[in-house]
Amino acid sequence: MSTLSREVKNCVVVMSSEESSSYPDDDSELELGLGLSLGGGKAKAAPPPAGGGGVGCDHQVVGWPPVRTYRMNSLANQAKSPVTEDFFSTFDECKSKNVALDKNNYAGNRTNNTTNEKGFQKKSLFVKVNMDGIPIGRKVDLNAHTCYKSLARALDDMFRTNVAVGARRSNVEEQIVVAATRQPGRLLDGSSEFVLTYEDKDGDWMLVGDVPWEMFLSSVRRLRIMKKAEANGLAPKIS
Amino acid sequence: MAYSFPEEVLEHVFWFLSSDKDRNAVSLVCKSWYEIERWCRRRVFIGNCYSVTPEIVIRRFPEVRELEMKGKPHFADFNLVPEGWGACVYPWVTAMSAAYPFLEEIKLKRMVVTDESLELISKSFRNFKVLVLSSCEGFTTDGLASIAANCRNLRELDLRESEVEDLSGHWLSHFPDNCTSLVSLNMSCLGSEVSFSALERLVSRSPNLRTLRLNRAVPLEKLPNLLRRAPQLVELGTGAYSAEIRSDIFSNLAEAFSVCKQLKGLSGFWDVVPAYLPAMYSVCSGITSLNLSYATIQSPDLVKLVSQCRNLQCLWVLDYIEDSGLEALAASCKDLQELRVFPSDPFGAEPNVSLTERGLVSVSEGCPKLQSVLYFCRQMSNAALIAIARNRPNMVRFRLCILEPRAPDYLTLEPLDTGFGAIVENCKELRRLSMSGLLTDRVFKYIGTHAKKLEMLSIAFAGDSDLGLHHVLSGCESLRKLEIRDCPFGDKALLANAAKLETMRSLWMSSCSVSFGACKLLGQKMPRLNVEVIDERGPPDSRPESCPVERLYVYRTVAGRRVDMPGFVWTMDEDSTLSASESGNKPNVWGLRALMPSILHLAELIVAINILMNKEAKLLFSLFHV
Repeated sequence: MSTLSREVKNCVVVMSSEESSSYPDDDSELELGLGLSLGGGKAKAAPPPAGGGGVGCDHQVVGWPPVRTYRMNSLANQAKSPVTEDFFSTFDECKSKNVALDKNNYAGNRTNNTTNEKGFQKKSLFVKVNMDGIPIGRKVDLNAHTCYKSLARALDDMFRTNVAVGARRSNVEEQIVVAATRQPGRLLDGSSEFVLTYEDKDGDWMLVGDVPWEMFLSSVRRLRIMKKAEANGLAPKIS
Repeated sequence: MAYSFPEEVLEHVFWFLSSDKDRNAVSLVCKSWYEIERWCRRRVFIGNCYSVTPEIVIRRFPEVRELEMKGKPHFADFNLVPEGWGACVYPWVTAMSAAYPFLEEIKLKRMVVTDESLELISKSFRNFKVLVLSSCEGFTTDGLASIAANCRNLRELDLRESEVEDLSGHWLSHFPDNCTSLVSLNMSCLGSEVSFSALERLVSRSPNLRTLRLNRAVPLEKLPNLLRRAPQLVELGTGAYSAEIRSDIFSNLAEAFSVCKQLKGLSGFWDVVPAYLPAMYSVCSGITSLNLSYATIQSPDLVKLVSQCRNLQCLWVLDYIEDSGLEALAASCKDLQELRVFPSDPFGAEPNVSLTERGLVSVSEGCPKLQSVLYFCRQMSNAALIAIARNRPNMVRFRLCILEPRAPDYLTLEPLDTGFGAIVENCKELRRLSMSGLLTDRVFKYIGTHAKKLEMLSIAFAGDSDLGLHHVLSGCESLRKLEIRDCPFGDKALLANAAKLETMRSLWMSSCSVSFGACKLLGQKMPRLNVEVIDERGPPDSRPESCPVERLYVYRTVAGRRVDMPGFVWTMDEDSTLSASESGNKPNVWGLRALMPSILHLAELIVAINILMNKEAKLLFSLFHV
């Protein structure tokens, strides 16, 4: 148990970075939600120690809201994007369940999402992200981004911090990133020594950025920030 | 009364007493009744594994067949108790393996269970029948393999919500071919795929199987194979509820469900494909318990399903059901007793679903038997709480979690004191309460005044001062468990109500303002309490006495101090000396008691001893309180 400042101790990333809370870019999408929501804004009058967290910092109150880890993990592993036709049971299983759905018959989810009048529905698509050299992985919500640029920037922020807090459990989804001082420099713009790759539903590792964003969303299973040298000399293609 | 019945007669009479309370009362009548009772007690429930030692239990009750025990404090569920805190069952298992060769049942909650423990259980108790591990951890599927292989008469293996290190699904294949006794199997928390043919064969040869909760890895297309082999099932937990959309799969599934005429409970439902829900409709009219809390489907599909279940008594669901869905629920399910609504996006900054206080109000209006609620939402109002309280005076368990800490009444921006006050005032049978939102000391005054049957109270980010805690400790007569986090409660109320703590199972306080000095004082004053400080910053005496401790766990015990504390737990001993404070005066509560007579009105002294304790506690408090 290392001694740490109390403030840092109280900030624990329980599940993953809550990317949805810290993008200026995504405000326009959030506006929709706010407009149709039911006065949720008023509740923010009280100074929130918990909630979405600050920009660029994954602060959350430990153990709040009081949802059991077991339940959080089960929900997280059920990432289901409304955009995709395929879906995954869990990201931990090695087998991928490649189920092709008949577009016409798959009335349920798609209909609900397109005819939903209740307002903007943001469903999460959490995928694991591992970075070479860091033993503990993170998770990022891909549906919180609309383009490669914002994803790259978020990952850059996520893995560049030097916060070291003791892990409470061995479960990867709960652990906090323990990182040695990283070399500053933006990830994925070619200047970094790392490239961003992803494993697709066929189990192949691809460079991120080659296909349209929507197509990427429908086939990505997990991400890996790989050392350039290991990426077979392929140049990153993030524009 | 003075005549003594033959012992056998008394024993025969006592045999009919199943409640612990009754048995405890009986054992206090006289020595011979105590003796007779203790020899025929078969079931022991230990609410806190550290409140007693295995040796004490074994000495008093030599013929136990069923043990039920709980370990970590409830807040361990939310990561507030560090890893390695304790609650290992192994010492209990070793002691019982020698003392209780005929032990049949072990039910544990929030305990650390190792593979060694499981192996020892499987080999020590020839007639072992029931193993329930609820929210436990520390074991792997190898431990399960020992249980499966060695427990010849196993009836129940229930791993609900435990954290199991899943090495492989092979453990299930260890059930011997001649094992036909299985009544209940809950493996829903496991990740790995088990051999489906082994599972099929196990189900086939278990004619008494009533409960089968599969894990996610069991594919939907194969579910009919199991259902057909167990049409007598009463409770079913599906695996992943998804498959390619194919009419043959659908009709196979629908047909298999229609054969299960006894089904009362359904759970599972990971990865739901809504198109497959109608396959279940044939059983819905008999369903009394439905756990859809992992089903990420939208309100219209949820409503369609739920409105088929007219006899529903218990529903667990995600907030995807929304207010409209809850309204529909209130209209169709008039027998509903328990509702739990979980958040689909607990950390999101903005609401992702239209679920508000209105949904809960509708259910409270429409469901006259509603008595147990767990509700996560993003906004609440006093008006809604008052309405709920008036609608449902029969409420027994009420747990409300407004996601944003300290959120006020969203309509008036006032604290939610009057709302929760209405709950405790109207719901006279309330036994469990969890509160959230903006709350001042006033709500605690209401609770202390009205919540006389309250047994468990959970408080977070609430209150203004020690007065709040004092109201609760001095007013709630039936209080057994109190858990508090992030509240400005400090030393005064705790010390003034020290005696109260011996009437309770436990008190948890984290991120409050209780000083190390007060903890020491409490430990000194109350030898029958274990006062434990959990602090990851290092030894508490390396900091000033006035420094608040990170976490405090106080519980009554006859076991003495723990012997298995990890490095971040310190116990406040009776013989620990207080370090001198700056003023040189030792703050000594006992000394002040000596002063009391000269301060108090003489008449107040003429009271019974225990009343004196409480009264003086109130006076002490009023002395300290400014």
